[in-house]
Amino acid sequence: MAIEPSKVYAVWLREVKRYTNSKSRIVSSLGMPLLFLAALGGGFSALVPGFNYQGFILPGILAMTILFTSIFSGVSIIWDREFGFLKEMLAAPASRQTLVLGRTLGGATTAIIQGLIILVLGTILTGTQIPSVAHMLGILALMVVLSCFLVAVGICVASLIQEAETFQLIMNLIIMPLFFFSNALFPIDKMPSWLQALSSVNPISYAVDGLRQLMIGTGTFSLWLDVGVSVGGLVVALVAASYLFSKTSI
Amino acid sequence: MDAMEVSGLVKKFNGFTAVDGVSFSVRTGELFGLLGPNGAGKSTTIYMLTTLLEPTAGSARVNGFDVHTQSDSVRGSIGIVFQDPTVDTRLSAYDNLDIHGRLYGMDAKLRKERIAEVLKLVELTEWQDKMVKTFSGGMRRRLEIARGLMHTPKILFLDEPTLGLDPQTRRHIWSYIEKLRKEGITIILTTHYLEEADFLCDRIAIIDHGKIKVLGEPKELKGALGGSIISVESREPQKLAALVMKMGCCKKPRIDELTVSFEAKDGGKLVPKVMEAAFGAGIEIESIEVHMPSLEDVFIHYTGSNIREEKSGGSEFTAMRRAHGH
Repeated sequence: MAIEPSKVYAVWLREVKRYTNSKSRIVSSLGMPLLFLAALGGGFSALVPGFNYQGFILPGILAMTILFTSIFSGVSIIWDREFGFLKEMLAAPASRQTLVLGRTLGGATTAIIQGLIILVLGTILTGTQIPSVAHMLGILALMVVLSCFLVAVGICVASLIQEAETFQLIMNLIIMPLFFFSNALFPIDKMPSWLQALSSVNPISYAVDGLRQLMIGTGTFSLWLDVGVSVGGLVVALVAASYLFSKTSI
Repeated sequence: MDAMEVSGLVKKFNGFTAVDGVSFSVRTGELFGLLGPNGAGKSTTIYMLTTLLEPTAGSARVNGFDVHTQSDSVRGSIGIVFQDPTVDTRLSAYDNLDIHGRLYGMDAKLRKERIAEVLKLVELTEWQDKMVKTFSGGMRRRLEIARGLMHTPKILFLDEPTLGLDPQTRRHIWSYIEKLRKEGITIILTTHYLEEADFLCDRIAIIDHGKIKVLGEPKELKGALGGSIISVESREPQKLAALVMKMGCCKKPRIDELTVSFEAKDGGKLVPKVMEAAFGAGIEIESIEVHMPSLEDVFIHYTGSNIREEKSGGSEFTAMRRAHGH
């Protein structure tokens, strides 16, 4: 069965409704990125005079917000399995691709909303001025690609690991390394070589690099490489998520 | 046309056979029960019929659609109320039904109408905008039933619909099921409550260790046991059982602690004879009782054990997942 837009919308709607139904979680999940930006950013800015470190890490913190929200959203299929809702989804007359796409777009929507809140607060906090509307649209497009990519990664993980107890493990083994072994907090050319190597193979680095170029005009790679890696990652992750999710059983 | 035809269905999990060659057919409009202890293979059978599990062997047609090759058509034409809760607790009752309707391809107008209808049926109308996490177990189960009916399925699967509910709520759920039966919907119900199967079902299949032991109307199954059951309590049940066998009353009396039970055509007339024989053999009788066979007696007759004696090591599904290696 093919992908049915109205059913993709149903799955999307469920994700978005769940998100808007839990306002306390929206607020609490903004805390960590803002702390990083204010305390870590503020501290290092004072340590390295003449370098707007806060502005430098704003794209990294934006990516971090999207990273956490998206992967958790994808991985939350594990909770759906635990609490039963997955059966309702799998028993519905909708193709697995429809479910994966709806889930991806739904999770991405929540991550983008979280990201936009951080972007607005962050630009005010760091005094960053986004050069033009075109730049802003570019940032938005990269946010969409990055969040869809990461939700799909989360779906892959949830399809492979079926136990709710492994949730914490995912946090430590996937999300944290993806964040810290990237250029989110440090410029890639100033890193020790081992970290440089890890960061260069981390797709997050390319998204951060792209966001950074569009926000503050500095970067390491070419913008096209950043976009290429991000879109490529998205395609691979979506195909993998569709395949792995179709193998999943109640 | 029958609503469902099942033939030779088998499901194995890593060498463990959960369902072992099950065949039956369900008539349109009937309330068909699968009765068996935990782990008998009821839920696994339901999962195969609802296309959530691939059978290892065998075939089944549901509403005329093959579960293997036409699984989408099967899924669109059935409603399922699972044993474990599957409603989204972080959505309102209304949204749970609305999203379900969308997943089943219902348009906005029809969704609105049906939501009002099914909420009224399960008496949750005034709770429609409340988050499901604030609902009691009974309310959640009612919402699940409403959701299973939302898209007006031709066949409704109810997997242990009253499991873990208090007697009052159970009666309540039974009355909904009765209402549905009157509307002519075909219902497949699994249960390990004998009184539930007896009270609700037109026909039942007793399933144990993955096999159907017997199938028929509850009345017919009880009648087949030979009229009455005699239970005699004594301090020497072994001796008494031997005596009963010698008298030719029955081939294999059942001993349960101090009570010896056996089936008899004309129980009332046999009582004095048994007492006399026991007196003659010097066996002291504590009490003697004659009763009409219940579904429990039917169950014991065909499976050789009491349904409550079965060890329930968690639900069938956890056992299945363990066998699956998760």
